Amino acid sequence: MQTPLLKRLWQFVREPLDGWLMLFLGLVFVLSMLVLYSASNQSFDKIDNKLVYTVLGLVVMWGAARMRPQSIMNFAPPLYALGVLLLLAVHFKGVTVNGSTRWLELGITRIQPSEIMKIALPMMVAWFFQRFELSLRWWHYLVAMALIVIPGGLVLKQPDLGTATLIMAAGFFVLYFAGLSWKVLIGGAVAFAASLPVVWNLMHDYQRKRVLTLIDPMEDPLGAGYHIIQSMIAIGSGGPFGKGWLNGTQTHLDYIPERTTDFIFAVYSEEFGLIGNVILVVLYLLIVSRGLMITARAQTLYGRLMGGTITMSFFVYAFVNMGMVAGILPVVGVPLPLVSYGGTATLTLMLGLGMLMSIGNTRR
Amino acid sequence: MSRPTRFKNTQAEEGQFQLRLVVAYAIMVLLFLLLVSRFVWLQVMQHEHFSTLAQNNRISLVPILPNRGLIVDRNGVILAQNYSAYTLELTPSKMPDLDATVAELSKLVNVTPRDLKLFKKLRTESRNFEAIPLKAKLSEEEAARMAAHAWRFPGVEVKARLFRDYPFKELTSHVLGYIGRINTHDVERLEEDDQTTNYRGTTYIGKTGLEYTYETQLHGTVGFEEMETDAGGRAIRTLRRTPPINGQSLHLALDIRLQELADKLFGKRRGALVAIDPRDGGVLAFLSKPGFDPSLFIDGIDSQTWKELNENWEKPLVNRALRGLYPPGSTFKPFMAMAALETGAIGPNDIRPAPGYFTLPGSSHQFRDSKPSGNGMVNLAKAIQVSSDTFFYKLAWDMGIDRIHPVVSQFGLGSKTGIDLDGEAAGVLPSKEWKAKRFAKYRPEVGRWYPADVVSIGIGQGFNAYTPLQMANGVATLANDGAMFNPHLVQQVVDDRHGKATPINTSPVRRLAFKPAHFEYVKRGMQAVLQPGGTAARIGVNLPYTMAGKTGTAQVVQIKQGAKYNAGALAERYRDHSWFVAFAPVEAPKIALAVIVENAGFGAAAAAPIARALTDFYLTGKVPADLSGQLQTVKTETRSAAEIARAQAERAAEEQEGHDANPAP
Repeated sequence: MQTPLLKRLWQFVREPLDGWLMLFLGLVFVLSMLVLYSASNQSFDKIDNKLVYTVLGLVVMWGAARMRPQSIMNFAPPLYALGVLLLLAVHFKGVTVNGSTRWLELGITRIQPSEIMKIALPMMVAWFFQRFELSLRWWHYLVAMALIVIPGGLVLKQPDLGTATLIMAAGFFVLYFAGLSWKVLIGGAVAFAASLPVVWNLMHDYQRKRVLTLIDPMEDPLGAGYHIIQSMIAIGSGGPFGKGWLNGTQTHLDYIPERTTDFIFAVYSEEFGLIGNVILVVLYLLIVSRGLMITARAQTLYGRLMGGTITMSFFVYAFVNMGMVAGILPVVGVPLPLVSYGGTATLTLMLGLGMLMSIGNTRR
Repeated sequence: MSRPTRFKNTQAEEGQFQLRLVVAYAIMVLLFLLLVSRFVWLQVMQHEHFSTLAQNNRISLVPILPNRGLIVDRNGVILAQNYSAYTLELTPSKMPDLDATVAELSKLVNVTPRDLKLFKKLRTESRNFEAIPLKAKLSEEEAARMAAHAWRFPGVEVKARLFRDYPFKELTSHVLGYIGRINTHDVERLEEDDQTTNYRGTTYIGKTGLEYTYETQLHGTVGFEEMETDAGGRAIRTLRRTPPINGQSLHLALDIRLQELADKLFGKRRGALVAIDPRDGGVLAFLSKPGFDPSLFIDGIDSQTWKELNENWEKPLVNRALRGLYPPGSTFKPFMAMAALETGAIGPNDIRPAPGYFTLPGSSHQFRDSKPSGNGMVNLAKAIQVSSDTFFYKLAWDMGIDRIHPVVSQFGLGSKTGIDLDGEAAGVLPSKEWKAKRFAKYRPEVGRWYPADVVSIGIGQGFNAYTPLQMANGVATLANDGAMFNPHLVQQVVDDRHGKATPINTSPVRRLAFKPAHFEYVKRGMQAVLQPGGTAARIGVNLPYTMAGKTGTAQVVQIKQGAKYNAGALAERYRDHSWFVAFAPVEAPKIALAVIVENAGFGAAAAAPIARALTDFYLTGKVPADLSGQLQTVKTETRSAAEIARAQAERAAEEQEGHDANPAP
């Protein structure tokens, strides 16, 4: 009598989850636990926490995967509206830390509304296109732009260039998959390049510094360039095969800043070398491939748009983080998906992946 | 929920969408490839470069300072040593507000205005990232208090450092010199000698005296510790340790008891004394009065104290024994006698008049004798005994400078003796060439040699100018029948690790090819000086050994023709200097010395008694009754070389421990 019960329970749990994605995520998770153990100087505190929020994340993912995309889609307008309201609240009543106003004090805890927008913004734009699927005109794209630019602008004003770029990129991916004309896309890219000098003038000093540091970290080796130089030393000294797990000198002698969060890739890279890097990149690529495969088979427009956007965003996070640690992109606060230590980012990410699975579960 | 009516349209849209997926996928793959190529560049192509950087990050070389060698006298009495004490050091680059930190620290430790002045001076002389001492030699209590408050002060450290100590202070100041903080000038010298690495972490370097001459031996070789350090600069563990080689110790020929006795005999008078062992050239005593406290210089002297010392009319900073140039007065006569005998200008038994004054042919200028009535008819030996001036005026006039200079110069007068101290003065033994050169920038008449020039040179006045060291060395050579040494303060340089001693060259550098009978004759003449009828007969009373000497009186001011020298009428500093040169025992000399007491009048009065008391002590161990209670060093028991070596090895071990033990932060 027990076997069928267990079997039914297993099926209940297993049923909404995507096998391939689970396999790849599992492998990345194993790697991430190894690195975190090393990066936290072999302490179990962070490992324990990570286990807790990973389990929480799995529950959220499972829950999202069990739902039908259409049901989730219906949350889009209220969630988006809430997000914009909170961003406005931040704008007027936010808490300022280190010169930027990103947080809202809620008495018990402090929240960062821009985090909600990472999911809410693409959902809203996708909802919008689904809603007007049959009567799309050129001005619908303009409205969609406005949906992107309003929260994007608010985040940019905080100022938080990194997050603003990421959420606006997510919105842009929706536009791209919704069929924004190639002419507009290419024209936009050209216009963006042309507007760079203007953007430069609008940038805050610390943002300009980040860009300058990227171009030549040695310019200020003990100041802004220090983090990049030290993480590049970590990566480079790791060599083809790495220094071995727990043997990274840059890591264990405190040369790598934020080594459990944004710069955890430097730790990984130092200890596991080029081989390890390639393995991780391949795993990410497999996740992205699976995501696009699901997207290609999506049944509704909303499904296609959200599937493509979630996949692309996942890629962007991974690419931007590794690119930043390897010194080819500016330092922006983007965690390495599934690897960096941090609860909120993991939950958002798992929610996104759950939504991706739910899209995959609703086949034609 | 398909919509059949729009089927065709959907299919077209579908194709459009699939294309966009492919494009997106292609872009992502490309970007990942870009990332991987970046990794290849960093981890394969630039791997070596970054490995080096990581290694440099990780490992820092921490110098381990060698202990500076000790300096001991011939009996093993320590003259220079090291002791460990805590210093409070600040690194300006590591603190937000230097002045505020200094103010805060002043509440915890007693920072004197002198400390502050010194700190400010060092601050301007050093770079931002160098640790500068604010207060040296913290008390135990202060060190403990600082250790408890260390967390409040980034960039402030309490370090155990070795300090140099000269227990005899003024007594040895002109022999040992002192060490001082390495300045830019020293840095240049070290760079030239390729010694920069060996001085990493070293703060002090020998500035003058033996500390300067034997810097290389005393300093030793720096050791290194390869430390693994974290990003905060904290040492995690030692990877490799190359121990330092401690500096070698200097064993001097100097006898501190003799030195102290000489100092006490001088009392408050100014002057110099050099005693040499004629058998090997070892310097037994080397005194310049007044001395100074060398510890004032170690951490950099403040300008006020410096001004006081430097402008003091007694010139305590001038090493009179080494650099003081005095006319030798009548102590020159034995050398004149040697020249006269060697050149045949006079025979041993030739009798000449020694009247009350001497005039040159065709001149009314009177060269007066110190004895207005003169000494009648005398031979050369007698002329030395009674120090007849007129006898030697005539002798010099007869010989001319060309016959005097070649002989006297061989005794080392007018040239450096080559002692192991820096800055020795060469002095002047006049010659025609010298005068021409000396006055080259004036009219030719000024530089021309006049026959009359030689007359006053004959009695050690005129252009003559020698250091007490030269006189002592000249007398030692004379006493030695012409065997000449480079006088040296250091007898041997000892490596305390294995007791290996490197002796300083003690064979004669030269043997003067003069007739032994002539040496013998002059020495007898000098012996007679201390016998009844001699100018120093008073100190020759009750001699338990034989002693030879010569008094001298060096004029400080020229006495006008017809005027009489009246010491009472002259300000003290214009009075004559009192000279005495001597050696004993006459048959087999063990000590030769030159004493000059400034502005003390006749040689027999001031300088000779000092010489007698010293030879008494050196040859018989007798201490003058009135000084017996005041001499600290005389009590010091003498130790064997093995005992000295053992004691030093123990000491070095203790110091190393004290050196390593820094208080926990």
